[in-house]
Amino acid sequence: MTPPTSDVALGFLLNGSSVSVTCAPEDRLLDLLRGPLRLPGTKEGCGEGECGACTVLLNGLPVNSCLVPSYQADGATVETIEALADERHAALLEGGATQCGACTPGVAMTAEWIRRHPALGKRFPLSELMAGNLCRCTGYDGILKSLEAALTDDEGTA
Amino acid sequence: MSVLRPTTIDEAVAVLSAQPEAIPIAGGTDLMVHWPHRLELHEKTFVDLSRLTALRGLRWQDGDLVMGALTTYWDVLLDEQIGRRFPLLHRAARQVGAVQIQTRGTWAGNVGNGSPAADGVAVLMAYDAMVELTSVRGVDVVPLRDFYTGYKISHRTPDQLITAIRLPGIPYRTQIFEKVGARKAQAISKIGVAMVEAPGGWVVVANSMAPTIRRCRAVEAVLNSGHPISSPEALHDTILQDVHPIDDLRSTGEYRVRVMARLLYHDLREHIAAFS
Ligand SMILES: Cc1cc2nc3c(=O)[nH]c(=O)nc-3n(C[C@H](O)[C@H](O)[C@H](O)COP(=O)(O)OP(=O)(O)OC[C@H]3O[C@@H](n4cnc5c(N)ncnc54)[C@H](O)[C@@H]3O)c2cc1C
Ligand code: FES
Ligand code: FES
Repeated sequence: MTPPTSDVALGFLLNGSSVSVTCAPEDRLLDLLRGPLRLPGTKEGCGEGECGACTVLLNGLPVNSCLVPSYQADGATVETIEALADERHAALLEGGATQCGACTPGVAMTAEWIRRHPALGKRFPLSELMAGNLCRCTGYDGILKSLEAALTDDEGTA
Repeated sequence: MSVLRPTTIDEAVAVLSAQPEAIPIAGGTDLMVHWPHRLELHEKTFVDLSRLTALRGLRWQDGDLVMGALTTYWDVLLDEQIGRRFPLLHRAARQVGAVQIQTRGTWAGNVGNGSPAADGVAVLMAYDAMVELTSVRGVDVVPLRDFYTGYKISHRTPDQLITAIRLPGIPYRTQIFEKVGARKAQAISKIGVAMVEAPGGWVVVANSMAPTIRRCRAVEAVLNSGHPISSPEALHDTILQDVHPIDDLRSTGEYRVRVMARLLYHDLREHIAAFS
């Protein structure tokens, strides 16, 4: 067991590359990404798990990085908006899924997770899967319709 | 602040025994809320449970469901057998926050946090869950229905870790879970009820109606008695024998009783002949 320390040394796979960092135990994964790891694409909205602006994929699952202590990323796989190729954004851009953009990195990560597991969209309504990503601009129609379009597209090309 | 990161249950309980003021942390979806502003927590020692692989996952044992303490809502949603055997676990899991909370939040954390509005606790209690508590002193198994003694006060002593939650493999007939919040998604419940018809009679659990999630024995007795009930109002006095809901920022006590009575009446009319 690691002895109690004020600093924690971590290693994890971030957007496909391994990283090693030392952080304070108070740092949230969100702080670590936006600060020392220089990936400011992930946004902070509420800081309380409600808005989803800070959504990243942790071991392949969408999580709110504002609620993840950094030390729990040790040994994990983390994917952020910076790792999404441009063509994965195209559907959202074309479908009116973004206006001010504050929610968009989180929306895009949850949408990416759903696209990787298309069976989810058959088991749960898309609006339920996307309920953790609040958007104050679009009224959600653009988000849901462009995700639907992307899923139909993916099915065609699969 | 410091964090201890044990990898075995033995190490974890040794730490809690030596430092009972240390705080176990699982998914962090309660403990990390508003983290930058919760400076009092930044002074504490945390025990990170995430490396305790022995606490991960769920299994079936002699017909019972045994959930390791790190089992998340999402783990449960992925398990089809749970959907068939204990459908209220699925129904409640889908209503805990949103997906980002469901992938991180644990059932044991819901029990450990002990909020009177905990959706997971309500359905676990309806299924008569047993909570396994482990410490250097040994293992204690406490029925969830007796676990809470007051607002956020439970039988768990600070040196004990919740290691598992066990649901007896009883066949249930009617199974109902209702959650009333300010909006449909991502809302804390104002009123909740979980009800199951077990071989031994009805079990009714109320959420957000008292300082703790609570079994409603007086309501259960009425349901089991065949006593005729012809309106929701006829249930008010019985409900008030079990719970004393308060006025708070989410609702009023009076509203809570009225809504709970209506949920019971309208849901049970289909299942209990004496409800007309
Ligand atoms: C946006 C948002 C929405 C939410 N919506 C809901 C909702 O709709 N319904 C609901 O019921 N809850 C809701 N919650 C609360 C929370 O998600 C749940 O209570 C969850 O189950 C907590 O689990 P956790 O593993 O994240 O707990 P943590 O935050 O890690 O811990 C919670 C408490 O339990 C203790 N604990 C955890 N594991 C153990 C263990 N193994 N042994 C002993 N003690 C332990 C901790 O010390 C702490 O006191 C919400 C939270 C957020 C942020
Ligand atoms: S900033 Fe994390 S959910 Fe809002
Ligand atoms: S585009 Fe502005 S919040 Fe969603």
